[in-house]
Amino acid sequence: MTLTITVNDLQVRYGETVGLQDLSAELPGGKIYGLLGRNGSGKTSLLAVLAGFRKPSAGTVTVDGLPVFENSRITRQVCLIRESGIVGDPTDSVRDTLDVARRLRPGWDAGYATTLIELFGLPPRKRVSELSLGQRSAFGVAVGLASRAPVTMFDEAHLGMDAPTRQAFQDELLRDFIARPRTIIISTHLVEEHSPLFERVLILREGRLLVHEDLDDLRAQGMSLTGPAATVDGVVAGLTILNQQQLGPTKSVTVSGAPDEVRRAAEAAGLEIGPVAVQDLFIHLTQPTGATR
Amino acid sequence: MWGVFDERRPIYRQIAEQIKNDVLRGVLHADEQIMSTNQYAAFYRINPATAAKAFQQLVDEGLLYKRRGVGMFVSPGAQQTLRAERRKRFFTDVVRPMVAEAQTIGIPLADIVDHIQQPTDATGEAR
Repeated sequence: MTLTITVNDLQVRYGETVGLQDLSAELPGGKIYGLLGRNGSGKTSLLAVLAGFRKPSAGTVTVDGLPVFENSRITRQVCLIRESGIVGDPTDSVRDTLDVARRLRPGWDAGYATTLIELFGLPPRKRVSELSLGQRSAFGVAVGLASRAPVTMFDEAHLGMDAPTRQAFQDELLRDFIARPRTIIISTHLVEEHSPLFERVLILREGRLLVHEDLDDLRAQGMSLTGPAATVDGVVAGLTILNQQQLGPTKSVTVSGAPDEVRRAAEAAGLEIGPVAVQDLFIHLTQPTGATR
Repeated sequence: MWGVFDERRPIYRQIAEQIKNDVLRGVLHADEQIMSTNQYAAFYRINPATAAKAFQQLVDEGLLYKRRGVGMFVSPGAQQTLRAERRKRFFTDVVRPMVAEAQTIGIPLADIVDHIQQPTDATGEAR
């Protein structure tokens, strides 16, 4: 079963502060989404609203056509693992927390939970509050995956995890997603490491949705052009320039969404054409609006 | 496998290129079944939709064909088609940059021709 998430003109305010605004998006079910944005861009606010932890200040959020907030029919289908893996009462043991999750989650797979706890090497009798940050994150991942919720969200699930654990997390996530397709949303700062997992990507900037598209389409958009400054300036005139650098007579410009004619013109002019990493596109696209380029 | 793909280009195109190279080199034969999108995704740690997009592109180009409920197979004419495509690009993609480099560093074209015509040993180095 896959559920579509629909967000319409969402606004979230904290007193006078605006957390999210003018946010509309439709997320068809059965895909892995990456949620990217700088610190304070609104990722955690968005996840909290999608999970029904927070009421929208304005606008609507529906899952499978039904409002999420205070709707237990939907919230049982939605699992949000918050930053640093806090699930339930941190003074409970790992095993007791799993037992609570079993009672709350209709899709809970206890056998799979045990497998994951062993895979991540977590001590079942230890209190959750006594786990290290990396262990708590791994515990959060175990709970999130074993919930088998049609909508599963991880907010910075990788915090404190070492490289082998992060790799085990990615492997398990993909394996389980392939076996049981569902909607998975991962907010992360590890753009480069996590982006191969994503089918689509949502990028937030200052509380607004800046990008919502297939990640491979985003990858294809960026282009860097390097050569004599005057030649480069001539070719990129009128394009969206994300970044430019000059070293002596040589200039390098990063552009986004350039049509094929530009590529041909650049080739004809003898410019060096290079691709742009998703991480660089992300950094350039999310420049604060007040910053000078 | 972690980070096999270049983060700067669409991954589906890189997968398609990889499969094309395998067909060209004869690693994958005509009518041979290729890995499923899910096997591919798990092996390379990528989203299965990305792998599916690559396979779809190859089907659209006539290089792979689908057998419903069984999987994807290499088209009988795939290797020939790819060879013809690569031959067309050989002079622009391979020879032209080499000539440009030779001109930059002052190697006469005659030297290049001589070098190519020399007999080579097993390692491909000119003797």
